[in-house]
Amino acid sequence: MPPSDIRGSNVETTVLGADEIILNMGPQHPSTHGVLRVKLFLDGEKVVKSECVIGYLHRGVEKIAEHRSYQQFAPYVDRMDYVAAVSNGLGYCEAVEKLMGVEAPPRARVIRTILTEMQRIASHLFWLGTHALDIGALTPLFYCLREREEILKIFEKYCGARLTTHAFRIGGLQYEAYDELEKDVERFCQGFDKRVDEYEALLTQNRIWVGRTKGIGIISAADAIAMGVTGPVLRASGVEWDLRKAAPYAAYDQYKFKIPTEKTGDTYDRYLVRMEEMRQSRLICLQAIENIPAGPILGKVGKVLKPPPGEVYHAIEAPKGELGYYIVSDGTTQPYRVRIRPPSLINLEALDQMIRGHLVADVVAIIGTLDIVLGEVDR
Amino acid sequence: MPLNNELVQRYKARFGEAIREAWIDRKQAILVVAPEQLLEIAQFSRDDEKFDMLSDLTAVDWPKREKRFDLVLILYSFAKNERLRLKALLGEGEPVTTVEGVWPTANWLERECYDMFGIVFAGHSNLKRLLLPEEWQGFPLRKDYDILQQDEAWVRENLGIESGQ
Repeated sequence: MPPSDIRGSNVETTVLGADEIILNMGPQHPSTHGVLRVKLFLDGEKVVKSECVIGYLHRGVEKIAEHRSYQQFAPYVDRMDYVAAVSNGLGYCEAVEKLMGVEAPPRARVIRTILTEMQRIASHLFWLGTHALDIGALTPLFYCLREREEILKIFEKYCGARLTTHAFRIGGLQYEAYDELEKDVERFCQGFDKRVDEYEALLTQNRIWVGRTKGIGIISAADAIAMGVTGPVLRASGVEWDLRKAAPYAAYDQYKFKIPTEKTGDTYDRYLVRMEEMRQSRLICLQAIENIPAGPILGKVGKVLKPPPGEVYHAIEAPKGELGYYIVSDGTTQPYRVRIRPPSLINLEALDQMIRGHLVADVVAIIGTLDIVLGEVDR
Repeated sequence: MPLNNELVQRYKARFGEAIREAWIDRKQAILVVAPEQLLEIAQFSRDDEKFDMLSDLTAVDWPKREKRFDLVLILYSFAKNERLRLKALLGEGEPVTTVEGVWPTANWLERECYDMFGIVFAGHSNLKRLLLPEEWQGFPLRKDYDILQQDEAWVRENLGIESGQ
C-alpha cells in the first residue's frame, strides 16, 4: 500500500538510484554568504551535478527604477552589492552621465577613483576573511576586518555612511573631500602593503590552505569566456582583461597599474589574483592622492534630469567583475528601463560546472572563491 | 544616426534583409535583426566576428507597439575590444530560438527574461522562472504589470476584502 499523508491522499514518492542522494545546501547555510540554495546531486560524497535556487533576496530593483526619478534611484543600487556599494554607485552615475552626454569634472573623477579603489580593497578583504573562514582558517578574518574598518571610517568621514554610502551624484560628487582625506588614504596605504604580506604569511604557503584550494574548481579560459565569467575569476584563468584598461572610465587612464593574472584557474589562483589586486589598488590610490586637481566637483546638470531618448550600456570593473547598466530613456524624468548586469549572478552560473566531481567540502570553497553577494545575484 | 561601417556591411552581405536596421547611438553600435534568424546571426557573430562573450541578454517592453518586446543582446569581443548590441523585435507570445548553444551563459539570462517578461525561448533546456517562485502570476517587468497587483490579489484571496492601498 502506498504511504499517505495526514489528509489521506497519496504522497508522491521519489525513487532514487542506489548511489544518488539529493542534498540541499542552504538557503540558510553559513558558507553561502546569504540566502543561496544549492541542490546537490551526490554520488557518495562526490557532486554529480547541481542546481542553484536563487531569488530569495529578490526585491525587484529593476521595476523600482521605472517608478523613480534618475536621482531617486541612485541609492537603490548601493543595496545590490552591499559590500561594494561605492562601485555600484559609480557604475550607475556614469551610465546616466553617458546617457545625458555630460562628464564629471576632473576633480570629481579622481576622488571617485580613490574611493572606488578603496572599496575594491575593502571588498577583497571581506572576501578573503570570509573565504578563509569557510575553509577553516579563523584568524585572517580578524585581521581583514581590522583593515576594512579603517576604510569604512574613511567612507564615514567622507559621506556619513559606512556601507550603503551613496557617495556619488549624477554629474560628479555632492560632497567636497574633507580636509584630511589624502592623509587618511595615505596613512592607510603606507601600512597596508605589510598587512597584505601578513595575510600571505598566514595562507600562501600554508599546507592546509594549499591542500584545500589547489586544483579545486578549475575553469579554463575558454569555458570562462563562454560562461560570461568576468573579474578576478576570469583573470585567474589566464585572460588578461580588465575594464579599467579595456574601456577606461573615471580617471583610470591616468594611473599605472598591472592586471594580475594566473594560469590554472583554480581556487588558489583566484586567491593569488585578488591578493595582487589589493596591492595594485593600493598603488592606484597612492598615485591618485598625489595630484587631486582643483576645481568644481559637480558638472553642469540641472536639478531635474531629462536625458534625451535613447539607450546606453555602461560597464565598470566592480570588485566582482563586469557590472553593467543598460538604461533606456524615453525623454522623461524617470528611466524607461534599467537593466543591471550583475557580475555575481553570471559568475554563479558557472558554479555547476566548477563543482562537478568535487567533494561537498569543496563546494564551500568554490562558492567562497566566486565571491558572490546574494543581494546582487537576486537584486 | 544610421551606421554603415565595414562591420555592418559584412553582416548585410551575409544576411541581407535580416539585418533590418543599423545605427549608432552615443558611440554604441546597434543592429536590429530579424528574430527568425537570430540564431544564425548569433552563431556568425561568435565564430566569424569574434564576439565571444555575451555580456547581457535582456528585454524592453513597449506595449503600444505592434511588436511589443525588444530582445536585447549585448556582445563583447575580446579580440577587438568592441561591443555590439543585437536587437530583435518580438510580438506577444512570439517564440524566439534560444542562443544557449552559442553562448552557454544565455541559459540563466534567458530564464530571467522569461521570468520577467514572459518571452518564450524555443529549444531552451530548462525554461522556468529564475528569480521568482514557480507559482508567481504574471510577468513583473512588463509595463502593464502594476506594482500593487500581486498585493491586491493576495489580500482579496486571503482576507476576502479589497486592498486599501
